[in-house]
Amino acid sequence: MDLNELLQIKEKELAAQKPHTLRCCMAAGCMSSNSQAVKDGLEKAVADAGLSNQVEVRGVGCMKLCCQGPLVQADPAGALYERVTPPDAASIVGTLLGGATHVGKGDPHDPFFTKQLSIVLANSGVVDPERIESYLAADGYTGLHEVLHEMTPKDVVEGLVKSGLRGRGGAGFPTGLKWGTVAKSPGEKKYVICNADEGDPGAFMDRSVLESDPHSVLEGMAIAAYAVGADQGFIYVRAEYPLAISRLQTAIRQAKQMGLLGSAIFESPFNFNIDIRIGAGAFVCGEETALMASVEGKRGTPRPRPPFPAESGLWGCPTLINNVETFANVPAIIRRGADWFASIGTEKSKGTKVFALAGKIKNTGLIEVPMGTRLRDIVEQMGGGAPDGGRIKAVQTGGPSGGCIPADALDTPVDYESLTKLGSIMGSGGMIVMDQTTNMVEIARFFMEFCMDESCGKCIPCRAGTVQMHHLLTKIIERKATLRDLAKLEELCDMVKHTSLCGLGQTAPNPTVSTLRFFRHEYLELLQPDTHGPHGNGAVTQPPVPA
Amino acid sequence: MLITLAKHKRKTAEQVLQHPSGDKRFKILDTHMKRHQFKADALIEILHRAQELFGYLDNDLLLYIAYSLKLPASRVYGVATFYHFFTLKPKGAHTCVVCLGTACYVKGADKLIAAIQDVARIKPGETTPDNQVSLLTARCIGACGIAPAAVYDGTVTPRQTPESAAEKVKGWLSHGPERAAAN
Repeated sequence: MDLNELLQIKEKELAAQKPHTLRCCMAAGCMSSNSQAVKDGLEKAVADAGLSNQVEVRGVGCMKLCCQGPLVQADPAGALYERVTPPDAASIVGTLLGGATHVGKGDPHDPFFTKQLSIVLANSGVVDPERIESYLAADGYTGLHEVLHEMTPKDVVEGLVKSGLRGRGGAGFPTGLKWGTVAKSPGEKKYVICNADEGDPGAFMDRSVLESDPHSVLEGMAIAAYAVGADQGFIYVRAEYPLAISRLQTAIRQAKQMGLLGSAIFESPFNFNIDIRIGAGAFVCGEETALMASVEGKRGTPRPRPPFPAESGLWGCPTLINNVETFANVPAIIRRGADWFASIGTEKSKGTKVFALAGKIKNTGLIEVPMGTRLRDIVEQMGGGAPDGGRIKAVQTGGPSGGCIPADALDTPVDYESLTKLGSIMGSGGMIVMDQTTNMVEIARFFMEFCMDESCGKCIPCRAGTVQMHHLLTKIIERKATLRDLAKLEELCDMVKHTSLCGLGQTAPNPTVSTLRFFRHEYLELLQPDTHGPHGNGAVTQPPVPA
Repeated sequence: MLITLAKHKRKTAEQVLQHPSGDKRFKILDTHMKRHQFKADALIEILHRAQELFGYLDNDLLLYIAYSLKLPASRVYGVATFYHFFTLKPKGAHTCVVCLGTACYVKGADKLIAAIQDVARIKPGETTPDNQVSLLTARCIGACGIAPAAVYDGTVTPRQTPESAAEKVKGWLSHGPERAAAN
């Protein structure tokens, strides 16, 4: 494969395009609402109407507004049909001939769509994830070609540093710096790992990216491998995402057939292979050292850092680990330049971020917004606010490692630093909206139960601490606790945070701490008066109030 | 290798090694292990395949995998019990997985579980005595846009209510009591 062949495939694909396209969402959300039957119905209706030369029915990835699925969009008219059922197919095809349809239409000019800026999701809902030609028609793999033939590995790393891209997995470590460290680490053998173990409950961005545009992740990984000098990559995917796994397998097979993965890629001396590793339902495996243990076929328990994976990772070799979304940003940065990317977002957080908007909100689905967008714009304008006349009470970001942001702090811009200041984190991008019916103490207990179950058991603060905190939270909910228990809970939160081995334990108290900070009255309402004070004299003890 | 094992263990080991005892599933598993060149790092992949073939991982099967991959049995058992996805007990004829992700929880997944518990009289993680239905929970199946979601026999079903979930499970259970009545 050389550039000419690549461009030929692209032109052939573009030339074969028919005047009308009906794009049907084939991501997991819509598939569970029967979108396969809808697509089959559309194909049959097109054939029955004798429009096979005029209309293409294309299965595409996520079209973002998941709550209204299955979604079908007609090009070039732009009409978006919602909650389509198989019998609706004929009338949708009929509209192409000037007919009318009763199928509910969405408004593509709703703020939900117009406020989005797509970099990672640019191909999502447009290209067919199961055909590599479709990705090539959208300029796919040209970034990899440019890197292999016109740039040195050092140029690539410098470009990434300049772009200001930060890790999208949650912690926000500068990607260019990480790549540079792995590139400089001595060693014959190096590895690139894509962390697709999206364990945060309420987050489904990585799943959607893998289902909708797997090739952009593969291309990003190949560019990273060239930059750091690796020849083997792994994608660690959750077993809960069977569709993403099968699309990745298809994508890797197609890329290998075309010579875009494997040996001598684009007729250069660069070799790169990618294997899939399937997780087995352990949240802690999202932590990088635990993930590497799991790739090696062991129990997924973390180990102390340093040494960091960049120096000693998989089988003791220097290893680069990045999140799905981080890799998916890379091809666009190479194609369009670091300056273009750096012009989007805020001073310290560049580019866009994909969020999975869910919970008590009207429009649930995927959104991609520039960094620095206000939370209020996201939940009220794009999300359409709480349904059924409800009132938004809090927004939870960062899953079990994050915190709850109260409604009066919604004017906060979304970037790494602002969210940390509020006691939450950017996290991988799950955003759960809660309304007035949600009890914050129960939410804190829900996340604590999660961390308690998922603690790997290696270090004591996390293993025993989460159990005790869960016990205290349960005691509070059962109205059996006193102020002393609350003080004990806060003390434990602090201890577990500072003494746990890995990210799971260190962040496990976050939901409790942040709800205690913003919704303390809900805890206090559940407490019993402490009639048996420390000296049994009936005095009420006040817990220390943190600053 | 066998000589180093204790006598009673050797007996088990011999039985296990001779396993291609006509059960074709072991042959399929062998082919899969061969594809991974019997490498120890493919253990999780192989356990996935084994569970797919046999439905669950019993001790016999774990020992077979351990000897094939030249791994200590403790390592294989350790991995199989560490990950939630692997089960060492047989599942019922039907499985119902209720998603307990945050989005589903906020939208009332706990009520789904309560409704199913009422109907099937089992707790999450248990199987009905007649082996008809297993009730499981998942940490998040990534279907948050269509919460609350449940997976019935592998099919993700959107926007569940306690009533719809109870009805689905009741359908699976329906031949249970009848059979009991016939006896």
